[in-house]
Amino acid sequence: MTGAEAVIRSLEAEGVTDVFGLPGGAILPLYDAWAACEHTIRHYLVRHEQGAGHMAQGYARATGKVGVAIATSGPGATNLVTPIADAYLDSTPIVCITGQVPTHLIGTDAFQEADIQGITMPVVKHSWLVDRAEDIPRIVKEAFHIARSGRPGPVLIDIPKDLQLAEITYVPSKQVDIPGYKPSRHGHPKQVITAAEAILAAERPVFYVGGGTVSADVDPGDLIRIAEAVQMPVVTTLMAKGAFPDSHPLCIGLPGMHGSKAANWALNRADLLIACGSRFDDRVTGKLDTFAPGAKVIHMDVDPAEIDKNRTAQIPIVGSLELVVPKLGEALQSRMNGGPPKAAAWLSEVQGWKQQHPFRYRNSEPLKPEYVIERLRDMTADREVIWTTGVGQHQMWAAQYLTIDRPRNWLTSGGLGTMGFGVPAAIGAKVGRPDATVINIDGDGCFQMTMQELATAKMYGIGAIHVVINNGWLGMVRQWQELFHGERYSETLFDANLPDYVKLAEAFGLPGFRCETLEDVDAAIAAALQCGTACVIDARVDHEEKVYPMVPAGGSSAEMIDVEWAEDDNAWVEEGV
Amino acid sequence: MSHHTLSVLVENRPGVLTRCAGLFARRGFNIDSLAVGTTQDPSRSRITIRIDCEQHSVDQVIKQLYKLVDVLKVHELDATAVELELLMIKVASSPDRRPEIISLAEVFEAKVVDVGPEAVTFSCVAGPDRLQALEQLLEPYGIKELVRTGRIALDRDGELGKRRRMRVVA
Ligand SMILES: Cc1ncc(C[n+]2csc(CCOP(=O)(O)OP(=O)(O)O)c2C)c(N)n1
Ligand SMILES: [Mg+2]
Repeated sequence: MTGAEAVIRSLEAEGVTDVFGLPGGAILPLYDAWAACEHTIRHYLVRHEQGAGHMAQGYARATGKVGVAIATSGPGATNLVTPIADAYLDSTPIVCITGQVPTHLIGTDAFQEADIQGITMPVVKHSWLVDRAEDIPRIVKEAFHIARSGRPGPVLIDIPKDLQLAEITYVPSKQVDIPGYKPSRHGHPKQVITAAEAILAAERPVFYVGGGTVSADVDPGDLIRIAEAVQMPVVTTLMAKGAFPDSHPLCIGLPGMHGSKAANWALNRADLLIACGSRFDDRVTGKLDTFAPGAKVIHMDVDPAEIDKNRTAQIPIVGSLELVVPKLGEALQSRMNGGPPKAAAWLSEVQGWKQQHPFRYRNSEPLKPEYVIERLRDMTADREVIWTTGVGQHQMWAAQYLTIDRPRNWLTSGGLGTMGFGVPAAIGAKVGRPDATVINIDGDGCFQMTMQELATAKMYGIGAIHVVINNGWLGMVRQWQELFHGERYSETLFDANLPDYVKLAEAFGLPGFRCETLEDVDAAIAAALQCGTACVIDARVDHEEKVYPMVPAGGSSAEMIDVEWAEDDNAWVEEGV
Repeated sequence: MSHHTLSVLVENRPGVLTRCAGLFARRGFNIDSLAVGTTQDPSRSRITIRIDCEQHSVDQVIKQLYKLVDVLKVHELDATAVELELLMIKVASSPDRRPEIISLAEVFEAKVVDVGPEAVTFSCVAGPDRLQALEQLLEPYGIKELVRTGRIALDRDGELGKRRRMRVVA
């Protein structure tokens, strides 16, 4: 068979059922084989390769499987760079397959030649430029193994056109043996015991849960058992929303720049942080040397390089979290003495903060974005919903106001903060989990970056709902300009030149719904939930609304700026998490 | 800040040097010297890298190196390791000064590898201090060209080496 067919057979061998891509000259042989030979893999034709990459990410994060994106050489491949970088920072397992110019032309600046392996080197977990077609089965096998194991991440396979055409004898690759790649699995048992003892001895412990718990498919029940055993407050980072149920009484939600005061104060006053798949990112810690100054740190992570990177850990545990977390739970249980938890007073203090300082907004005209998000939450409360977002204010409001109780139901671009993530990620998620309701809470700026994928959604009947929180501005940047740059609104206003998002949806053959007032909101959401296809809600909202509270960049996360509010003003809506 | 020498055993594959060197650049480490060559096993190479940084940063860079799939083993060498470098130096010399320059260089066990009408070229394999001393000594005669390979290093065998190896970061 040809190298191209070997790619398809190798994908089948990995259990791949869906891939996202767009053809071109250097990947033509693969697409030819796609049409010519019999197989069961569905291909979704995208409108921009960035879309293919984010779809693969949405698919991977919603299902826990490896996502696959395919592109041609040169511009096709470079269009994948953003999703690859996004997947790198958010540890998402994707395999990107790119065509390359024929071997004999490599290095000659041939038509559509780009050294994509070189370009992506800083943002891949690993990559291959295939130089022998016989190696394809082995490389694909290794690629999937590396993408999904240890700390997951993106990998790239660049295949010159002549090798796709080359005739080979296909020998399926059965086993991987990569001498330089042996991710740690089991945490050190002694360290686990030391950690359990430290947790029991702590007076002000905080469970600092990060996205690594989602990647590792840690059973939320295991996290709950640990938190409940000592009755300690739990914060879940932006990447971990849903890893520990938002509606659990011990959950105090989001820490960091737009997190709750309770979460940030708890971290800062803690005497012990139990970091679990979290990485002390600057958006969480604010100024690092003022972060949690009195806390000892237990740091559990599968990636040894995260230990001591930003914050020194007194008790590091390197290992797969799905193995380490249950062991920690057992170690805790076996050491409990039945007395009242030591941290009881601490918990009530933290819960007091949570009650006194909920997320809140003034529900008045013009329509508030928070209200739209709350209605989306409440009107879908009885459904299994996967939420995706763009990047900006709407993303932060979604993180603040949505209640998500299960992992893999919240897909947002955390590390790279990629505008345009929402639409394709929602499409990928819906392909991966067609039975779930998928709702993309997008910004108008973000939506305009990847909205062409509505055509993909229409073509394959991928019914995710796209809600444009339309404030006519690059709102998050506007907020910074208002607060920190003397209200000089430099290049953040879209103003009167807004596209009509309802007509735009219609142009793609999809229904569009608009809401401009409080009264419109429910009808628009109901119609969207009912229509059964992909659709767009254009929610025209107050452009002056800001995300609060806020830790100014580089500031101490103990000190948050907030909006003034009057106790007796009953137009305020308050939300716990 | 202090000097650190890392010995990195890698798969001998295209791109592996770029991956390692790129990692240093990306994480803000300045490479002092870098030498690479195959080992007794032709499928493996050894990269010897010298950097200037804090100990904390070295630990981080070692962990980051381990994350590269082609990296098999990393360890930091200390002062007990055997470190050597090859220097080639072309010194301006009229025929009448040749004997003087050559005898000077011999003190450093430098070898004459080329003699021309206006210059003598030496090679010298030694530790960094001795090479520097040689260079300084020849300076007044006029150095026309100079090239160094970058340092290579190996742990010592026996007690000293063993103690050292126990600190290898795994
Ligand atoms: C690709 C990309 N470009 C620029 C930015 C910087 N940025 C962060 S948020 C934001 C504004 C997003 O605007 P919009 O999608 O309308 O969301 P809003 O903040 O208004 O809710 C910008 C420009 C980014 N994160 N990603
Ligand atoms: Mg906007």
